Amino acid sequence: MVERTVQIGSSHGLHARPAKLFTQAAAESGAQVTIAKDGGSPVNAASILAVISQGIDHGDTVTLTVDGGDEDAVLERLVELLSTDHDG
Amino acid sequence: MELQGTGIGLGVALGPVVRMAEPLPEPVDRPSHLDPDREAERARGSLAVVAAELQGRGAKAGGSAQDVLEAQAMMAEDPTLMDDIVKRLADGKTAERAVFEAFASFREMLAGMGGYMAERAADLDDVSQRVIANLLKLPAPGVPNPGHPFVLVARDLAPADTATLDLDQVLGLVTIDGGPTSHTAILAREKSIVAVVGATGAGQLDSGDQVIVDAENDLVIVGPSPDQAAAAQERIAERKARAAAPVTPGALADGTPVPLLANLGSADGAAAAVELGAEGVGLFRTEFLFLDAQQAPTVREQQEQYTRLLNAFAGKKVVVRVLDAGADKPLSFLNDADEENPALGLRGIRALRESEAILREQLTALAAADAATDADLWVMAPMVANVEEARYFTALAKELGIRTAGVMIEVPSAALLADRLLAATDFASIGTNDLTQYTMAADRMLGTVATFQNPWHPAVLSLVASVGEAGRELGRPVGICGEAAADPMLAVVLVGLGATTLSMSPSALADVRASLARYTKDDAIAIARAALAAEGAAEAQQAAKDAAGSVTAGHDVSAPQS
Repeated sequence: MVERTVQIGSSHGLHARPAKLFTQAAAESGAQVTIAKDGGSPVNAASILAVISQGIDHGDTVTLTVDGGDEDAVLERLVELLSTDHDG
Repeated sequence: MELQGTGIGLGVALGPVVRMAEPLPEPVDRPSHLDPDREAERARGSLAVVAAELQGRGAKAGGSAQDVLEAQAMMAEDPTLMDDIVKRLADGKTAERAVFEAFASFREMLAGMGGYMAERAADLDDVSQRVIANLLKLPAPGVPNPGHPFVLVARDLAPADTATLDLDQVLGLVTIDGGPTSHTAILAREKSIVAVVGATGAGQLDSGDQVIVDAENDLVIVGPSPDQAAAAQERIAERKARAAAPVTPGALADGTPVPLLANLGSADGAAAAVELGAEGVGLFRTEFLFLDAQQAPTVREQQEQYTRLLNAFAGKKVVVRVLDAGADKPLSFLNDADEENPALGLRGIRALRESEAILREQLTALAAADAATDADLWVMAPMVANVEEARYFTALAKELGIRTAGVMIEVPSAALLADRLLAATDFASIGTNDLTQYTMAADRMLGTVATFQNPWHPAVLSLVASVGEAGRELGRPVGICGEAAADPMLAVVLVGLGATTLSMSPSALADVRASLARYTKDDAIAIARAALAAEGAAEAQQAAKDAAGSVTAGHDVSAPQS
């Protein structure tokens, strides 16, 4: 299992489109991915409802864990998605 | 009878109401006669059908509607939701009831979060209704099609509905719930549909009622008198004529030119902007070249993009803002320090100065693109706070071959010393969004203080006036680029305060052009003075409206100048 903490780059936080892109990528990765907001308990990153109900905003830090599959590549890709501003 | 709501845009519509079907009744909570596995199978089947249907609608709709519909499709197939449904089925509930309860619990959670997330609760309701309808083998709720033009009245429209609206049949939209950031509002704006949202009284409307949807005045008029109907028809015709009218250069009623320019974020929108009558570009944001990049693009790469843009505006003015990094758009290679208050940190010209090589490369690429094309290139620096920065940027730009260099005025200190600032550079452009944020000390990214972010505030207008006056005295152009210029009435005020050009999203050009043409220079000054004297933003807006009404009442209406 690999883990990384990252700051949310999207100016609208992890809602709507950025949440969709992230959840899609997590679901398609084939790995077990969790996301936890600063100090919160981890939730299934492939669940858009679980992700948006965390209320993750621009600038928040979240911790990702990836278990199974090509862990490092999956983590790399998801970290990049989270740190990019898709609403730019 | 009149119903209050929030108007989206400035349109008017008149026609008969068609009500959208009220939601399905809540599934009764009774024990299932099927075993939980069989019920789970039913639920899974319907969730998959609805997900596929939403996905399909998304592909058909395209654009931002597609993102929303795809997000809804993912909600239908959400693993956390399915876990919740299965748990409820284990208690012996029917699939209908378990689906209903599971969605309702997530809905409650989103609604409890307030603001933007609460608006998303409607997306979830829509998916829930579709799944339950599928389980009950009932037709899915959706937009009615009565076969004649109509005003659609609904509790709130889900993205799936707004995406499939037949615009030839829908005259206007009225929603009972839903705020100005709801999907109905966002899509109405994007597709220019006349809409009034959050009209709580609209629940009493019945199909067949005649209504006027007056977005400009935030009203729905029920059962209008013949006079009201005729006035609405006239406004509809006027607006149609305005959109179809040949685009003329922006000017006041007395012929004073006020060039109307476009705000662009890439060269792609250039052709569309020209078609809508943009007389040039008042703000070209260059961040797109740098975002997603680990390092700055090369001079050659930049030059290609700038050349493309300048070629689209041959013979016209194009104002380019050099890289504006920091705060809401951080770039790893420029500012990677973690700042407590990024809006007050190393951003704009401050960050560029720290990495002068990047600024030099950008100015070099711009000068080369200018030399190779026929557009009139102006270049400006963001977030200038004092005279020394204005002098620094202007000198550097000139050294690298830029002919016209100026500064953005977004910081109150720059506005207060505009006379000294403008003496040190060629022009100023006021960024009203940031100027409002800094004047009101209210973070524009923060929903809780969003009410402060209003450019009508007399404190903001007063700073604009200070820049306008300095521009007039020194003979320096003062542009406005920011959402404020897109508000037709505020645009008149800004011109009255001394703005010489206005720059906005191209879709706002027609309304602003028509608004400016109603007032003379003296009118605009009188209207601006009324707004400046008010005590708050709402009062300033009202004062401007009243002043505009009284100056136009004194005009000879039969002799509009063309």
